[in-house]
Amino acid sequence: MQHLSLLLIELGILFAVLSGLGLLAHRLGLSPIPFYLLSGLLFGEGRLLPVNAAGPFVEAGAEIGVILLLLLLGLEFSATELMHSLQRHRSSGLVDFLLNAVPGFLFGLLLGLPWQAALALSGVIWVSSSGIIARLLDDLGRLGNRETPAVLSVLVLEDIAMALYLPMLVVFLSGGGAWQAAGGVALALGAVSLILAAAHKAGHRVGRLLSHPQDEQVMLRLLGIALVVAGIAEGVGAGAAVGSFLVGIAIPQSFADRARQILSPLRDLFAAFFFLTFGLSLSLADVLPILPAVLLLAVVTTATKLGSGWYAAGKEGVHLRGRLRAGAALTTRGEFSVIIAGLAVAAGYTEVGPFAAAYVLILAVAGPLLTRFIDSWTDPNRRKRPH
Amino acid sequence: METILPGVGIRYDFTANSGVSLALVIDREGGADLFTFDEDDPDRAVSRLQLEPEEASQLAELLGAPRITQRFAQLSKEIPGLETRRITVRPDSPYAGHPLGDTKARTRTGCSIVAVIRGESVITAPTPQQRLLSHDVLIVVGGADGLSAVEELISPPPTG
Repeated sequence: MQHLSLLLIELGILFAVLSGLGLLAHRLGLSPIPFYLLSGLLFGEGRLLPVNAAGPFVEAGAEIGVILLLLLLGLEFSATELMHSLQRHRSSGLVDFLLNAVPGFLFGLLLGLPWQAALALSGVIWVSSSGIIARLLDDLGRLGNRETPAVLSVLVLEDIAMALYLPMLVVFLSGGGAWQAAGGVALALGAVSLILAAAHKAGHRVGRLLSHPQDEQVMLRLLGIALVVAGIAEGVGAGAAVGSFLVGIAIPQSFADRARQILSPLRDLFAAFFFLTFGLSLSLADVLPILPAVLLLAVVTTATKLGSGWYAAGKEGVHLRGRLRAGAALTTRGEFSVIIAGLAVAAGYTEVGPFAAAYVLILAVAGPLLTRFIDSWTDPNRRKRPH
Repeated sequence: METILPGVGIRYDFTANSGVSLALVIDREGGADLFTFDEDDPDRAVSRLQLEPEEASQLAELLGAPRITQRFAQLSKEIPGLETRRITVRPDSPYAGHPLGDTKARTRTGCSIVAVIRGESVITAPTPQQRLLSHDVLIVVGGADGLSAVEELISPPPTG
């Protein structure tokens, strides 16, 4: 009884703290992700937030959080949107990779990290946060802007590139060789193309299998499938995250909208556990000494992301200011970077953790601020206008 | 011009004859945002008209229904003497709830009922078995006298 009472009280306090942080983030117009990370980081060290009894529950919740985050990321885009982005913005995706993932990898090596950890770091730096950016563009009323299709296309391409990057990373992190990694990527590539073809041909049947007028049924069926596939993927060494991501991609568009609505609250809850747990697993003493290096990295990679956006928006025939807006929007990093770092830490490359945490803390806050204000900085008439 | 907005919906761009550029973003839930652009920065949307899914379909109905009449008006311009009229089936109409064939409109007046507008949907080329409901709007084609006759038939002026 004593244990149960403690568990409930701890969880209750935890939710209250998360709610307070979420509210604060909302007031400031920011994503709650950096706040969750920071609270984990601050409370983990001095045990201001004791999660002893609730610990195992929160940790299991964090694992489910990753699976739900990736399931919903996979649900975000349809096969048609992906094909369209591939046709129109293939080169933008490539430029984005060359400008961000490659320097990220080199930077990791420069820091003296093992190459597997550098590979993880390159992913952390490469992937913009589609979750934060899509919401930000809507909040700022920029969905109608001409550069926005370019921004969203780059996000889709990054996310789909993750379907190949993640299995490769997981294999390398677990000590596999190049052949095994190639096998992993080939497997994922095969699975993705099979899924896309199946979604094209028989998507409606998958949809019918999953859909039900009751939300409860839809939630249970989706969760069941995602968890089973994630478990199998983890078992064969491809990683649970990859499995649930593929499930998300496989769900047909007609059904994905409803699935997203139903699963979003659940995702928000467990994802909060994930970010918090990630923060808790680090200590402030590891983060503080590397802050200058991370700050430098953030500045450099903000510039390279500006370059990615600049190039992509240019392909849409957008002018100077719009191209800068596109670049600024892409600088925000978030959930995917933390997921990648989580994989590295779990595989024993703990040195990636503090880097990724500090990096995301900086860019999940600075990115949206830059996006918000770049337009007024570049306004040639701003001194003349009364507001 | 149509552009896919991944994760959001579809965007349509067009320039009105007055020179104003407009963009319409239709999201997956059916909501619509209508944007106009900054003069100094033609890539930046400035004013935004946000419509919920129901509001968007209401607007579509308002814009869409007269277009059907307009197209017929175009037709009647090309054929002298041919006119079109929108006739509403009022709740007190003797044919509300009855099949279209019961009106015997063509036999009695020589006019054709070519479409039925019901809320958001349009039934084109309705069959005689098509049941009419109150508040349906009938698109009728024929001569001026015949049209007035159909109007009287479908929704007779209240007596007493």
